[in-house]
Amino acid sequence: MSALRIKKGSTSHSAYNLRPTFSDVQERHTLALLVENEAGVLARVIGLFSGRGYNIESLTVAEVDHDNALSRITVVTVGTPQVIEQIKAQLGRIVPVRDVHDLTVEGPAVERELALIKVSGAGDKRIEALRLAEIFRANVVDSTLESFVFEMTGASDKIDAFCELMRPLGLQEIARTGVAAMSRGSA
Amino acid sequence: MANMTGAQMVVKALKDQGVEVIFGYPGGAVLPIYDEIFQQNDIRHILVRHEQAAVHAAEGYARSTGKPGVALVTSGPGATNAVTGLTDALMDSIPIVVLSGQVPTFMIGSDAFQEADTVGITRPCTKHNWLVKETDALADTLHEAFHVCTNGRPGPVLVDIPKDVQFASGTYKAPGKADIGHYQPRLKGDPEAIEQMVALMETAERPVFYTGGGVINSGPAASQLLREFVAETGFPITSTLMGLGCYPASGEAWLGMLGMHGLYEANMAMHGCDLMINIGARFDDRITGRLDAFSPESKKIHVDIDPSSINKVVKADVPILGDVAHVLEDALRIWKSRGRKTNKEGLQKWWAQIEQWKQVECLKFKQEGAVIKPQYAVQRLEELTKGMDRYISTEVGQHQMWAAQYLGFEDPNRWMTSGGLGTMGYGFPASVGIQVAHPDALVVNVAGEASWLMNMQEMGTAVQYRLPVKQFILNNERLGMVRQWQELLHGERYSHSWSDALPDFVKLAEAFGAKGIICSDPNDLDDAIMEMIKHDGPVIFDCLVTKHENCFPMIPSGKAHNEMLLGEADTQGVIDAKGSVLV
Repeated sequence: MSALRIKKGSTSHSAYNLRPTFSDVQERHTLALLVENEAGVLARVIGLFSGRGYNIESLTVAEVDHDNALSRITVVTVGTPQVIEQIKAQLGRIVPVRDVHDLTVEGPAVERELALIKVSGAGDKRIEALRLAEIFRANVVDSTLESFVFEMTGASDKIDAFCELMRPLGLQEIARTGVAAMSRGSA
Repeated sequence: MANMTGAQMVVKALKDQGVEVIFGYPGGAVLPIYDEIFQQNDIRHILVRHEQAAVHAAEGYARSTGKPGVALVTSGPGATNAVTGLTDALMDSIPIVVLSGQVPTFMIGSDAFQEADTVGITRPCTKHNWLVKETDALADTLHEAFHVCTNGRPGPVLVDIPKDVQFASGTYKAPGKADIGHYQPRLKGDPEAIEQMVALMETAERPVFYTGGGVINSGPAASQLLREFVAETGFPITSTLMGLGCYPASGEAWLGMLGMHGLYEANMAMHGCDLMINIGARFDDRITGRLDAFSPESKKIHVDIDPSSINKVVKADVPILGDVAHVLEDALRIWKSRGRKTNKEGLQKWWAQIEQWKQVECLKFKQEGAVIKPQYAVQRLEELTKGMDRYISTEVGQHQMWAAQYLGFEDPNRWMTSGGLGTMGYGFPASVGIQVAHPDALVVNVAGEASWLMNMQEMGTAVQYRLPVKQFILNNERLGMVRQWQELLHGERYSHSWSDALPDFVKLAEAFGAKGIICSDPNDLDDAIMEMIKHDGPVIFDCLVTKHENCFPMIPSGKAHNEMLLGEADTQGVIDAKGSVLV
């Protein structure tokens, strides 16, 4: 159940903690939504972003509370403060959306992403790939004589950095889950 | 808890929700429901001639009664025809429930006959929608649909019901026992914010109430409270197109409608105020004009039930999230308990300024010559009908603006017009819905001939159900508003903005078994209008008006409130390239 214990003071259904700054600065925000796991709910969320011209950098979704049929969606989005506030308000009024949290403004949060990275090669390149994987704490989850599949979990920029390093060493494929995020601390 | 078929549940749920009338059109996928409708007498079914009209009629019913309107359509084309009406209701926050038939669950996805992905198509144009896959879930869903459409910011909902779900049996639950989900928007505003609002009102030198459709949607109590607040404070008040009637047009503090074709005094007051009290309006682009020049010196209070309306386009200094009636009740109470203070000196000067603006007489026109001016036609309609139990609907275009300018509304729910979406073809079916709700009232659809033709098939409905709706058509043989923009913006190149083959409206009326009246002489107009009113049945009134009349005042695209055009003399080269890309 700990997956559901997200901070009180949700930004949905409240205009009072809007940040009324009308600035042009683009900000990156991570939003956590708790939604009723009914047919079409993901389409509603995605349709809101496409219909109103907002950006989605990353989106993950999975059921987190089977008994109450609740899913958690983590969206990373980019926009001016005004647009971010609009996105939250618009998300909050989707009927099956129970809660909207802006983890970027609600205090410190951890963000993690999982990636599978296939690298093929032989000789020194193969050894170098394995050595770098150790440094990045990536696990080998599949191995042939010519290839590795690495699994790594971490912040998105760490995965970006690892992928860049693998490029000259025989990078073949990348699969990433997108960001899952949670506020730090007990509340 | 009773066992019945899905189709029986639909009728039972509608009855339990207090529905008296539904507007619909049968088809293969809703036949079981129509079979149940046939076997009962509690719910009246009005057979429209097109599904779009069913939804607009439901909207007219809803707007004129405050109760949700209900439409019933079949799958596929029935549902897709309903899309315009749904979008219209979404933009104007009108509570309607649309029930659509769907192909049986086991055929969904197979491109079956008359199959469409109705919930997919209507997802962005409903407040919420549901596909019901089991008969046991039907009662819960129907009751939830009524709950969602009427609570919070009202809006259209759609329930898609596959044919096998209508045939199968399940357990029915009454409204009180059904699971209606978690949707529960808050109604009370934050007391601290309301206190702030009152404090600003006490000291404001140049306040103005800027009111919108939210006051009407909040119910009659909201209008009453607003009237009391205005009377007590003596603040001037203006309304959006959607808010007309929330404050009486004969009221002392009334400035008239504001916005693109609003009154000079209303727009100047908005521009020059130091405190703007927005009650249930949403800073639509037709209202604000150029945003960076919008009311530059004012503090803005914004009362709205929808958090996404606040700070969407205009920054609110005091946002108050809640239902208009609840917030006004609290604000009025707090204002009284703090000693009923206003800035009397400031207000006196402010009213003196407003009186000067009123001297401009921005709606002045001259009826001269042998042809009826459209403004004159609307003015005479107002004079001859104003004391009556009267409901007005409109189509979309110049006639709509003239109706908003020259008709006076004393009460809420008397004015039905397509504001946000601007749907040509709205007014006639809406007038049908209004007349069904108010059989003894005078219902007039002020129309343009082009808009009216878009849903003219509804003459069949009006005649079949003996609905004495009056279709007051200002016929200029042009798409008047399009023509006006082409004149102002596109070098007077009138690309496809006139119709060369209009019907003879009198013969058209007679072909449907109704009465037709044609009037072209200003001297005959009063008698002709009286003839229309007195006729006990539907009337098409073909009022031939001047062909090239422009609608003024006008805030051109890309201009501010204090840059209004008051008449033809002001129009030369007023819209720049930046303004012309706007709509």
